[in-house]
Amino acid sequence: MTTTNPATMSAERFALETRNMHIYYSAFRAVKDVSFGVERNKITALIGPSGCGKSTVLRSFNRMNDLVPGARVEGDVLFRGQNLYAPDVDAVQVRRRIGMVFQKPNPFPKSIYDNIAFGPKINGWKGNKGEMDELVERSLRGASLWDDVKDKLQQSGLSLSGGQQQRLCIARALAVEPEIILMDEPCSALDPISTLRIEELMFELRQHYTIVIVTHNMQQAARASDYTAFFLMDADRAGQLVEYDHTEQIFQNPKDSRTEQYISGRFG
Amino acid sequence: MSTDTAPRSRGRLPEGDELHRNVVGRQRVGKIWQSVLLACTILGIIVLGLLLFNIINDAFGGVAVQSVVPEEEIFTNRDPASLSQAELIAILEEHLRSRILRNLEREQPLIERSNADLIELINAEIIKPEIVAVYPLNEYLFNRAAITASLAEEHPRAELSFKSWLSSDFLTSPMSSRPELAGVRTAVMGSLWLLLITVLFAFPLGIGAALYLEEYATDKLFDERSPVGRRLNAILHRGSSIIQTNIYNLSGVPSIIYGMLGLAIFVRALESFTSGSFLGATTDATANGRTIMAAGMTMALLVLPVVIISSQEAIRAVPNSLRQASYGLGATRWQTIWKVVLPNALPGILTGTILAISRAIGETAPLIVVGASTFIVTDPSGPFSKFTVLPIQIYNWTSRPQVEFRAIAAAAIIVLLIILLSMNALAIILRNYLRSKRVS
Amino acid sequence: MADQARVGVVERTVPLTDANTRMIDLRKRPRIGESLIQIILFICGFISIFTTLGIVFVLGRESLLFFAHPEVSLVEFVTKTVWQPAIDEFGILPLVNATLMTSLIAMLVAVPLGLGAAIYLSEYASERARSILKPLLEILAGVPTVVYGYFALTFVTPLLRNAFGKDVVQIYNVASAGIVVGILIMPLIATLSEDALSSVPSALRQAAFGLGATKFETAVQVVVPAALSGVIAACIVAMSRAIGETMVVALAAGASPNFTFNPFLPAETMTGHIARISGGDLSYGSIDYDSIFAIGLVLFFITLILNILSRWIVNRFREVYD
Repeated sequence: MTTTNPATMSAERFALETRNMHIYYSAFRAVKDVSFGVERNKITALIGPSGCGKSTVLRSFNRMNDLVPGARVEGDVLFRGQNLYAPDVDAVQVRRRIGMVFQKPNPFPKSIYDNIAFGPKINGWKGNKGEMDELVERSLRGASLWDDVKDKLQQSGLSLSGGQQQRLCIARALAVEPEIILMDEPCSALDPISTLRIEELMFELRQHYTIVIVTHNMQQAARASDYTAFFLMDADRAGQLVEYDHTEQIFQNPKDSRTEQYISGRFG
Repeated sequence: MSTDTAPRSRGRLPEGDELHRNVVGRQRVGKIWQSVLLACTILGIIVLGLLLFNIINDAFGGVAVQSVVPEEEIFTNRDPASLSQAELIAILEEHLRSRILRNLEREQPLIERSNADLIELINAEIIKPEIVAVYPLNEYLFNRAAITASLAEEHPRAELSFKSWLSSDFLTSPMSSRPELAGVRTAVMGSLWLLLITVLFAFPLGIGAALYLEEYATDKLFDERSPVGRRLNAILHRGSSIIQTNIYNLSGVPSIIYGMLGLAIFVRALESFTSGSFLGATTDATANGRTIMAAGMTMALLVLPVVIISSQEAIRAVPNSLRQASYGLGATRWQTIWKVVLPNALPGILTGTILAISRAIGETAPLIVVGASTFIVTDPSGPFSKFTVLPIQIYNWTSRPQVEFRAIAAAAIIVLLIILLSMNALAIILRNYLRSKRVS
Repeated sequence: MADQARVGVVERTVPLTDANTRMIDLRKRPRIGESLIQIILFICGFISIFTTLGIVFVLGRESLLFFAHPEVSLVEFVTKTVWQPAIDEFGILPLVNATLMTSLIAMLVAVPLGLGAAIYLSEYASERARSILKPLLEILAGVPTVVYGYFALTFVTPLLRNAFGKDVVQIYNVASAGIVVGILIMPLIATLSEDALSSVPSALRQAAFGLGATKFETAVQVVVPAALSGVIAACIVAMSRAIGETMVVALAAGASPNFTFNPFLPAETMTGHIARISGGDLSYGSIDYDSIFAIGLVLFFITLILNILSRWIVNRFREVYD
């Protein structure tokens, strides 16, 4: 490792990397100078008190912030050696590679089958009905939802319970075969048992995908992640990355006193 | 500091019995007002009832028919069906002037006509039954004695019978200057043609504008980082908000103004298009811009603001989480709109649009200005025909002094209201159907 | 406890081998279709601007032509009380006066009734009563105006003539038209005001009830003042509707431009005059043709100002509740 191009080098190691990233909403700087790398095939948790910009950071990873009027990202977000915010990069292409699961389950008001088939279809999927059936089944199995819904694929996605809806959304994301799955507090609207099942599912998915999850639940971060990034608002109310390390390290032996205060429940 | 130590008079709240009386009194006032407020609401409904009663009362009722020459006299008390062809021709030759006879002969020799035709001819040309009096339904039903008394005095030979001005003949006959023969077929056809043209223009334009304002207007089309880009974005944004304000203002412009716009632009300035003469072959010699096309375009502009506003509401009601889910899967903007936003907004858009366009069916004022013909007997044959519509006929007939015209105006109103009601019902059924299809 | 067995193994159709090829193409591809659609949709939105410009241009140009006629002077147009095109008298005041009279009578009918209905529906009516009464009011609002014209001429006018005497009330009169226009705009006031009243937060009502106010006191002293801007805006919108209403006045108010303040006499409103002149045989470029555009311009600006005013009131005085 002496003469390799740094971008290529980091791309080997990280699934995603930010360098000096600042995020603005119009004039307001919401996130300040964030630099870290997301490890491939690991679960990375972003934690911090509400308003610290962790969701904003997550959304910048697949350019969902583009949909917010006035939102602007400075600095680099590298994915496979390319800056996602380079002028010639297409947000639609990015989202096809980096999927997202939202805070509240948001299935389309269509059948379970059509919910899964939606993503492949819009992305120009080619294949016959049997192959699509197979893809739907594989995605639903991937989200460990298949056994629950295999007999009612034509029912509306909205007929499922909250936890099942969220797994349907995960299955929907899997169907377009992304490399990274971003999860924005995916369990905050769910009961503890559904939450547990999603966490188990994340461990399964880790074999093939890189997962970044925002959570306000520290137990969840401690339980279900390999790496943890801790964010905090600074004096200008802009979010900052305070500490980023292995999850055990963060929770058992934090380097920064603010991290220690937060995880021991002294503020936030 | 005030040194006044005298006990000041202080207000106090009622207690005990006084309190009881106070509350009871206020409650009583409240009850009275509640009845007044209810009465205000009910009054609107009473007016609706009166309106419908008034229309039905005029559209049905009694007519007194009297012939110019008594039937018995012509047929000399014989049954017309029993007469031979020669006898019928004799009757005709006896009572009609030779000039009229010659005309009839020229159309078709009397000898060649059937007995039924001849009897009809005798009825129409010699006996000539005429409506001498028209009575609304309530008088016909509840004031029969007075009617027969006055009839016996004024028109001793008249026969009183029930008449429904709304009849299958009324629906299928074209216009006529004689109220008992007039019908609404031309007008209904005109209304339907007008509706078609209006929908063709207003529906795509309205939904397009609504989509632009809801889905694209907040776009930052230019680079925010450069001052020029920021400036251009600000101008675009300002433009969108001007369009929005403008749409609200347009929805408040009186409909007759749209008529004047249509007259100056579509009828006059675009005459070569709206008269259909650009197609080469025009349907009639005196082609001008006063056609269904000009009227439909005018109507489309009239309903456009309402279509836009109601479509915007429907589009706005689609939860953002669905859009994000779609973008999150790598859908492009238009894919998201076409596959997620529009299908979910469609029930609302259709309901709003149908209601807006059904208002266009009842509009009269702009069509008067654009120049709907009030008297036209041929059915419209296409978008470049001259035309009349139901409301224009109602207006025309209502403004005539004769009661017969009032009666057919009432009958035409019933036809118009039925068309409007069925469109509203269609909107509701369509909405329920689409909703049940999507979420089940 | 842990249900591992049910978690299926995730397979991929696209093996991760392309992770090794590393450079995947994220570059923008020109989506011409998408841009084209955006442009088309923008044009759809822009048509409304063209409509407004078209109205102003058409009305303005023909009005200029009207004032260019030697018989016409702008001063006489706004000061003279005679409108007799046959003898070259063009004073708009009789038409404006008749318009204001019908609208005023209409407001006298519609404001109390509409506001009363709005308060009843938002404060008193049960869910069931609302579900019946509101659609009925909406039907009233959906009846075509020409039908209201018929109603004015064949029902209200005979009623007035029977009540006040046939020699007092003419067959065509302003009062009948005004009353029926009032009925026509009443549902508009009712529904718009009800929206405003319903959006007053219930915390405000509960505060009033908590102080011992009766339902009526709460409605009139708390809810209506809180929603006042909405209610006033509703009345202004209704006024603008009344001024622009054509068919009722064309049928019931008469066809002679009288300058009179007696509501039982015939008079012709601006809209009624436009309808009558344009319904007749009209040759383009004649002074009659040009004159209706001048009237239309006045009408357009009156209603535009009222509409802008109502929106301004709503935006300026809206109480913002969390």
